[in-house]
Amino acid sequence: MKSMMMKSGLLAAAAVLALTAGVSADPVDEQLVIDGQEMITRAKAPEGHPFDEVLSGWLYREAETRKLEEDSFDNPGMLSVEEGEEIWNTVEGTAGKSCASCHDDAADTMAGIAANYPKWDPDAKRPINIELQINKCREENMGAEPYAFDKSGQKELTAYIKHQSLGDPVSVDLSQGEMQQWWERGKDVYYTRTGQLNLSCASCHEQNNGNYIRADHLSQGQVNGFPTYRLKTGLTSLHNRFRGCVRDTRAEIPKAFSDDLMALETYVTWRGTGLSVETPSVRQ
Amino acid sequence: MRRWTTLAVAASVSMLATSAFAADVPPKEVAFGDDGVTASLTGTPGDPKHGAEVFKSRKLGNCLACHANEEMSGELFHGTVGPALDGVADRYDEGYLRAIVVNAKAIFTEETVMPGFYSLDLGADVAEEFQGKTILSAQDVEDVVAYLETLKE
Repeated sequence: MKSMMMKSGLLAAAAVLALTAGVSADPVDEQLVIDGQEMITRAKAPEGHPFDEVLSGWLYREAETRKLEEDSFDNPGMLSVEEGEEIWNTVEGTAGKSCASCHDDAADTMAGIAANYPKWDPDAKRPINIELQINKCREENMGAEPYAFDKSGQKELTAYIKHQSLGDPVSVDLSQGEMQQWWERGKDVYYTRTGQLNLSCASCHEQNNGNYIRADHLSQGQVNGFPTYRLKTGLTSLHNRFRGCVRDTRAEIPKAFSDDLMALETYVTWRGTGLSVETPSVRQ
Repeated sequence: MRRWTTLAVAASVSMLATSAFAADVPPKEVAFGDDGVTASLTGTPGDPKHGAEVFKSRKLGNCLACHANEEMSGELFHGTVGPALDGVADRYDEGYLRAIVVNAKAIFTEETVMPGFYSLDLGADVAEEFQGKTILSAQDVEDVVAYLETLKE
């Protein structure tokens, strides 16, 4: 990097600009209640977090978008959750089992489970998320093929399982296995600038949350609502969103569930510690 | 007189032989000095009208993504990531404006999120189609700078 000598005049001008830069539009001060259940959309940040408070992306959205999430009948993502419920009860694979064959009623057996994912997978020696947990179950217990990324109902079944934790605060256990090392790696990924545009996750979601990039009100980039219903793209998985963001920096798109993206999922999930699971959230 | 003509012909032939833009200063050779980048990147004066197009086009500069600009109030969705550019020509000389557009990180700090529009100092894992390429061409930069020069209050 070639750096140049700066004149004091330029420094002064830059300082003035810095002061006037970023006319931020604050996130709203409202309470999200879904079907009568209060969601935690503001939480005290865990120790070592760059922010004092973590904020749900719901607070950054327009009033109409926020409203869609407040009622299950209005939330378009709930149709996918219902599809997920059908998959839960559908027998597949050589063992002749459905998810329900072993796990019965998800409302009981899956309650609160997804709020603690990703977890350490001692078999694979890496973090495991809901999508990969489903695939593991399909291969090991159902005798079924693992889902390809974003295919065959993976998003819908994931949304259904995560929805059983609606309202529960996100909490990942970094003391399991090597989760702490994966968290560190995820932090590196988060702060690595990529692509021709030379931007990291932090460029937008840490340095500029509250600002607008064109029509997008930049949020903290929390992941507590995934899979999320995006008005632009419908039900959208977390790794799809990661890939979209990296693509927009004009970088090579990382593979879904690759080590880098599993590390990133671990790290950004931790960045939302204490926020309610909102799956399926409604976003722009 | 005759000699000059011959030289000129030889020069234009050699330009054709290499690249149509052989006269452009390559990204790695842009000279940053105390007054920014004072020399034109192309030797061809910037066209402010095309510069305005580059400024607002999402496929080119997309400057509006981050900077509000009162002069383009007819355009929707001005960003707030960077400072508003109203009167920017009153605050910076042409050399500084060119330097900021070429590579803001060389003028401000590494921390700025502003991409370098005529720089090969890029992020990690640049997609194949963008490798070794700058966001804007040298002439696009000159045109944007010429447009910015018109933003006076």
